[in-house]
Amino acid sequence: MSATRPLCFQDLILRLHQFWSEKGCAILQPYDTELGAGTLSPHTTLRALGPKPWAAAYVQPCRRPSDGRYGENPNRLQHYYQYQVLLKPTPEDSQQLLLDSYRAIGIDPELHDIRFVEDDWENPTIGAWGLGWEVWCDGMEVSQFTYFQQVGGIPTVMPSTELTYGLERLAMYVQGVENVYDLDFNGKGLTYGDVFLRAEQDYSRHNFELADTQMLLTHFNDAERESMRLAEAGVAQPAYDQCLKASHLFNLLDARGVISVSERASYIGRVRALAKAACEAWLAGEEETSHG
Amino acid sequence: MAELFIELFSEEIPSGMQARAADDLGSLLTKALDGLNPRDLRMFFGARRIAAILTVDAEIPARSMSERGPREGAPEKALAGFTRKHGVTPDELTLENGFWVLNKSLDPVSAESCVAEAVPELLWKFPWPKSMRWGAGSNFTWVRPLRRIACLLDGHVVPFALAREGDDAHGLKASNLSEGHRFLAPGPFEILSGQQWQEELETRSVIVDMDSRRDMVRTGVARLADQHGITVVQDDGLVDEVCGLVEYPVPLLGKIDAAFMDLPAEVMQVSMRINQRYFALRNPDGKAAPYFAFVGNLPFKDGGKLTTAGNERVLRARFADARHFWDLDRKTKLADRVPALAAVTFHAKLGTQAERAERISKLAGTVAQAMGLDGAQIAQAERAGLLAKADLTTGMVGEFPELQGIMGGYYAAHDGEDEAVSRAVAEHYLPRGQSDETAKAPVSVAVALADRLDLLAGFFAIGELPSGSGDPYALRRAALGIIRTIRDNGLRLDLTELFAQAANGRMGGELAKLPDFIAERLRVQLRSEGERHDVLAATLAGGLDGDLVRLLARTSALSEMIQTEDGRNLLAAAKRAANILRIEDKKDGPHTGAPDPALYTQDEERALATGLDQAVPAIETALKEERFTDAMQAIAALRPTLDRFFEAVTVNAPEPEVRANRLKLLSRFRETTALIADFGQIEG
Repeated sequence: MSATRPLCFQDLILRLHQFWSEKGCAILQPYDTELGAGTLSPHTTLRALGPKPWAAAYVQPCRRPSDGRYGENPNRLQHYYQYQVLLKPTPEDSQQLLLDSYRAIGIDPELHDIRFVEDDWENPTIGAWGLGWEVWCDGMEVSQFTYFQQVGGIPTVMPSTELTYGLERLAMYVQGVENVYDLDFNGKGLTYGDVFLRAEQDYSRHNFELADTQMLLTHFNDAERESMRLAEAGVAQPAYDQCLKASHLFNLLDARGVISVSERASYIGRVRALAKAACEAWLAGEEETSHG
Repeated sequence: MAELFIELFSEEIPSGMQARAADDLGSLLTKALDGLNPRDLRMFFGARRIAAILTVDAEIPARSMSERGPREGAPEKALAGFTRKHGVTPDELTLENGFWVLNKSLDPVSAESCVAEAVPELLWKFPWPKSMRWGAGSNFTWVRPLRRIACLLDGHVVPFALAREGDDAHGLKASNLSEGHRFLAPGPFEILSGQQWQEELETRSVIVDMDSRRDMVRTGVARLADQHGITVVQDDGLVDEVCGLVEYPVPLLGKIDAAFMDLPAEVMQVSMRINQRYFALRNPDGKAAPYFAFVGNLPFKDGGKLTTAGNERVLRARFADARHFWDLDRKTKLADRVPALAAVTFHAKLGTQAERAERISKLAGTVAQAMGLDGAQIAQAERAGLLAKADLTTGMVGEFPELQGIMGGYYAAHDGEDEAVSRAVAEHYLPRGQSDETAKAPVSVAVALADRLDLLAGFFAIGELPSGSGDPYALRRAALGIIRTIRDNGLRLDLTELFAQAANGRMGGELAKLPDFIAERLRVQLRSEGERHDVLAATLAGGLDGDLVRLLARTSALSEMIQTEDGRNLLAAAKRAANILRIEDKKDGPHTGAPDPALYTQDEERALATGLDQAVPAIETALKEERFTDAMQAIAALRPTLDRFFEAVTVNAPEPEVRANRLKLLSRFRETTALIADFGQIEG
């Protein structure tokens, strides 16, 4: 890594695209609604269900309103990128594939300390869980590795391997940078801060101070109703879109501090019910097409 | 006789599950191969494998079996069932003593077929606490994907496959292949024997013996520390965890940036341990040293330079986060955080943490008063009680819940609270566990007790008691904390009164059971210290003495007394008296009331009566003045008088009034012993 110039942020993404494309993944584009994690994209959540194989990789912008730090924290962002890979069924060499992808971006496992540290992954808002690891490089978690066991409250009949890379962290590691805003974005002088600092400042104000909670609450209720209605009509992905919107609205309400501890569980339960309904609708459609 | 070798090679097994899994494998094999007389079992476990090496017989020898079937003349159906079960025809049965009997000689079974049958069964049912499915549809589960099974008898593969009808079990079958270090020696190698497997693994950079890995970590880290004149903070749990993460432990030392050395040592240590699995180090003066130790998974090509730099960078980011909370938290005074506790629910039926803080504060004052502290200390206890839970709203405790109390102490000190107050805030969670120390500073003690008294009174009032192994609110631990704190500090308190104060007007629920709950914990504690629980039961017979110090002094005096010869005989006499009374009372009892001196017919009766008349006031005074040994001596001194009484006097005299009078005398003796304890509870 010291011999050659480290990868800039966008080249890191391009290398990963190249790598996973060669491994047979469909390279997809980010999903067009606000998501809290790459897992929540229908390219992962819905595709993890049912008996059909699937292999895809994509970058997903993630929004975590409460993680906003007004651009002042060197490690925390309310908007960041995940690189997400879903391989279904789980390949025999899942771990080796991940390690090879590290080599592809310049991390040599004989110079760096790569570890698989247990992690029982769980996402209660979409009723999903799996077993796997946090993958550490020199003590830093650079990826999340999960064998999906359940999604939307439904057991996965064909388990998949999910690999999630925290792109900023990985880039900071590869570039040896200690402040995310100092990341070399394009190799031509543009920094991550040039692109995102202003947005982090403005969104932090929005998330914590300005967002109209009454409006958010109304939108949440609307999205919930719409999602249920659409799931009943059997249109899975539109129903799931509304579930995702409700989930993001809940995160915003949470950041604004208007949800008490006891209410929290009930909101999460409501979103989970939407996810479950959308997943069931998706599965029903899948079974129809596979029999039809 | 043969060597059986089994290795289950998988993707990384959670560190905390490995030892247990190895144990389970060992005991399941021993059980399943019982007929082969398994012995010399050795278990191995690590990040990617669990393995067993054992000795078994070459075969289960030929043997005969005999099983009794239905009675002669039993319905046709019963006989058919019996023959079907054993796969025989009726003419193979013989009639013995009116029953159909199957006599069968069993052929010898080779170790190979025994193992081939038992192991797949055992693997399908392996008791992982949490296991998973993978691949394209098999229902065979394992903790993480199982990649290889090696199974050899004296170096020969025991042929079996995991596949069952309709399920290929990922095509897993027994082989003679294993793998070395993931990065340094990828790919399979052939196993010839258990010994060769261990050696080959070592050349392939895997130290498969857990004790050897532990040793490498301990001595390696100690050596690095020694080079800098510093010492490691002992942490056996961390050593074990790390040894479950690496196949070839390579301890390394990193530096902590000077800019972070002003963080509280506990913050640095928790962040390093919980987030990073790093070892903390101390300077000779006991203060945090500017180094951390970590354990890599291989001897790095560059001696670990790059990975050390990487780990140092990660730690800087962690500490920057900790510094953020440390700086931010100190901007708000701990006292100003108390109102925010109103938003933190303690328990739905017991209100918020703010209400709890109020209660603890008041109770801490009451306890301080009962402890005889002065006015200033009572005020400090009340203040500390109020602040005790306020750090729950700080960012640092949100991030590291295990720092609760400790952070409150730091923040209180920063706010300029009295030293005794900030210390009490920090120490009121003591003891945190069995091996932890109890609080010693008086104000800390008052708050520590108040915290637990409120906890117990609250949950008993709403009827949330521990049951069996379930104790979600750690009430047993709280009770033990009270007992230990009182004993360690020799506190003369009336727990009964303090529980009444803690109940604070709340009635009902299971509050009445609280003294018994404390008594039970005390019993468990004394038993674990090797004390005789029957002696404690004897002194507890009249209900819990709320003054535990007094109770225990009395118990230990009694314990000593019954070990003397006089004591043993007195005990025998007391039991004899109790037996006689039990039998005679059943006939025409009870025989109570003062005996009539006019009815004594023998000197031995008069002597006992006089002895008791003298002993009772002496015992009562001694008990009142807490001279328990004197009380015991006063009663033990009755021994010769009693011996003579039982030798010379027939209690059941033919004259009814003499008999009744003698029973009254014995009854008076029993009442006298009851002043001390219920001797009937004492064994022996």
